[in-house]
Amino acid sequence: MNKEERLIKRYKAEKRFQFYGKAAIFMALLFLVVFLTKIFSTGYTAFQKTWLVIPVNYNADLLYLDPDKKPTTEDINDADFYEFGIETFITLDPDASEDQIMELKKMFAFTFERELKYYLLDNPDSFGKTVDVKLTASDDLDQVFKGNYPRDIPENRRRASDYQLKIFDKLSEDGRVISEFNASFFTNADSREAELAGIASSFMGSLFSILVCLSIAFPVALLAAVYLEEFAPKNRFTDFIEVNINNLAAVPSIVFGLLGLGVLLAVFGLPRSTPLVGGITLSLMTLPTIIIAARASLKAVPPSIREAALAMGASRMQTTMHHTVPLALPGTLSGTIIGLAQALGETAPLILIGMVAFVNTIPGTPMDPAASLPVQIYIWAESAERGFVEKVSACIMVLLFFLIFMNLGAQLIRHKFEKKWN
Amino acid sequence: MNSVIFLTIVLLALSSYFFGRKKAILIQSNKRLTALPKFYGYYLAIWCGAPAFLLYALWSIFEPSIVRFFILSDYSSQGLLEGELNLFYEKVKSLSRNQYSGELTAELQRSAEKYLNFRDIAKWSKVVIVLSLLIASTGYAYTKISNNTKTREPVEIFLKGVFFLSSLAAILTTIGIIFSLLFQTIEFFQVIPLFDFVFGMHWYPAKAFVRDASEALDPSMYSDTFGAVPIFAGTFFIALIAMCVAIPIGLLSGIYMAEYASKRLRQYAKPVIEILAGIPTVVYGFFAALTVGPFLKDLGLSLGLEVSAESALAAGGVMGIMIIPFISSLSDDVITSVPQNLRDGSYAMGATKSETIKRVIFPAALPGIVGSILLGVSRAIGETMIVVMASGLAANLTLNPLESTSTITAQIVVILIGDQQFGDPKTQAAFALGLSLFIVTLVLNIVALSVVKKYREKYE
Repeated sequence: MNKEERLIKRYKAEKRFQFYGKAAIFMALLFLVVFLTKIFSTGYTAFQKTWLVIPVNYNADLLYLDPDKKPTTEDINDADFYEFGIETFITLDPDASEDQIMELKKMFAFTFERELKYYLLDNPDSFGKTVDVKLTASDDLDQVFKGNYPRDIPENRRRASDYQLKIFDKLSEDGRVISEFNASFFTNADSREAELAGIASSFMGSLFSILVCLSIAFPVALLAAVYLEEFAPKNRFTDFIEVNINNLAAVPSIVFGLLGLGVLLAVFGLPRSTPLVGGITLSLMTLPTIIIAARASLKAVPPSIREAALAMGASRMQTTMHHTVPLALPGTLSGTIIGLAQALGETAPLILIGMVAFVNTIPGTPMDPAASLPVQIYIWAESAERGFVEKVSACIMVLLFFLIFMNLGAQLIRHKFEKKWN
Repeated sequence: MNSVIFLTIVLLALSSYFFGRKKAILIQSNKRLTALPKFYGYYLAIWCGAPAFLLYALWSIFEPSIVRFFILSDYSSQGLLEGELNLFYEKVKSLSRNQYSGELTAELQRSAEKYLNFRDIAKWSKVVIVLSLLIASTGYAYTKISNNTKTREPVEIFLKGVFFLSSLAAILTTIGIIFSLLFQTIEFFQVIPLFDFVFGMHWYPAKAFVRDASEALDPSMYSDTFGAVPIFAGTFFIALIAMCVAIPIGLLSGIYMAEYASKRLRQYAKPVIEILAGIPTVVYGFFAALTVGPFLKDLGLSLGLEVSAESALAAGGVMGIMIIPFISSLSDDVITSVPQNLRDGSYAMGATKSETIKRVIFPAALPGIVGSILLGVSRAIGETMIVVMASGLAANLTLNPLESTSTITAQIVVILIGDQQFGDPKTQAAFALGLSLFIVTLVLNIVALSVVKKYREKYE
């Protein structure tokens, strides 16, 4: 091999190496894109909800109410809307057999009784008349309408039967199937029925946990950082604390869950499944993150600031509280937000302290049992129904939205309020 | 009641700030003060709040066990076991809340009345004693204030003490972790021999289902149940798969970022790649279980391979994606901190850029890169949700990435999800696994951090 050939070979190797680097970055970015596309493409349909608009005859006889008298709220509340609902569904196909009637019923969410009742309560004038009422479609039809269920496979492998599809298509032709923004996804608590499940309870659980976490972790971490940067003597004990903090930052999150379980629940007897315990556990987890961020921003305050204050006769404490800490606050705050964002996405420790319970009420205080957004993702992802897949993706979108929002907020605080020292 | 006492203490402390400052201002009108008036306020507020709050906290911590002692002192002479006493005490408590639905005995009723009585006495004496301490300490401090009392120094020492206590939180957390893990683990090893745990080949915790306390004492039930080898093997196997994905991609992109990338690419691509680290792991788990697992299964079918829907490959691969940014950012930092003169020397000898990187910069940066990889491994070992959702829950001892296997973290979740019974070897096994996880990650972190630190010192 002569010199020239060798040089060509070396340059080729150079090109190859550069290509590998580019390919690696491209791969990493590709993963992100595939990942986000997958989540968004499966999730966006959850923000739509399918309704069936059917004619309802609020006939007094069917409701066993007095036809001559306008019914009071109490009368309506006492009336039986189950039988009434069934009678109404039969009008969709008057020739339906017993089995077909049950199938007709299953085309609607099981809340149809309530929906029929509330419509009448809201529109008392429709008593005795036939009106169009919007009812939540069942999860299966919802998925069919959104195109998530294939229709061309044999009937026994399908969730929706041929008969249901026939009625559904007829309704669809008449323009009686409508799709609207799914507000109940944001206002409902968790439910066993995919079409009714919402994120309100887990959202509140997350909110309470994060607030508890913030109110413990931020003050403790800030004070600890101030002590370590400004007051701590240089000795072995201080070194020990520092090593401790660095190691704690790398302890797997599930170990904090075991700590919460073994100490907070078993020893202190705090209530299980509550955001209070979740928040305390998360605060122990985020503590090192915030301490490290706060120390970094305290370190970044130039010594000249401290010297100037000391020269003016301020005490060490006054120098710290009046000058150093306020200057380090933006960096500390952005570190805190990043730590909280981590805590918001954390699942494993919360599962261990029991925040996986099925909660179908919206928690009002941090002492009520609750789930959190990531745990809700886990719960739904583990359930078999196809309808929950889009819910999971939608819940992930909500979670990612908050995480992006928090991280942008942290960036903003850093850029806007942090002083650059040259 | 507790929150009322707490709020009262806070309010009184706040108002004593104003009293202290007012007194200082009055003194100031004819005498010179040694500190600003507000320090007199702080001084009084601390004297008012701190002792009372401390007493209140201690009292609240010890009150339940003292009340328990008094109630049970009547019965402890009867030779009852600890468990029976506990049960009795729980009955007394639920009866006193009117939530008891079991059999009523005269003894129980008497104790419940006594309990209520004691609680009442304890509550009111707590209020009286805490408040009188508050008044006494505030009064003492108030009368002590004069023009030449030192107030700034004590206030600052107090604050420093509070700062110091906050910095102990990290140590307390570590101690809490070690104690909670160790305590349960020791109990576990009293039932299961350590040898069986570390070298046993079968892990079926579900077999050790204990219905009542008498069964828990029969050790034959647990033989061959808690052998952790398959789990340890699974953990390292999945971590290995993850590192097979993360190391090449992470390292190459780190090198490219540090050495080749234009400023613009760095500015945009770096934060975008770091998004991968910010995505919650449960989201990765969902992605692995819903998309990657079935995809690999279909791919395997078309190639004539049998791939489990919950294969180690799916979990490990997705975990590798998650770890990419840890390795790329850290190795990027490490490579950038290699001194320029090493590069210049290599270029001067006629080496191309890639030759310089491979032969000069990479060896120079190797300790730091190894450190970053070790941190990545520790992440992979401690990662939970991806494995729980995408990998199997049965602990198979296998080296086939297409089969399912389980990890330490996944087993902890499987055991502890739902209601746990403390004292059950199954629950304790989870803590024993937790302790092994803690030790492994701790060692990895200490090694990694010291390697990185040594490396930094070398070039800085």
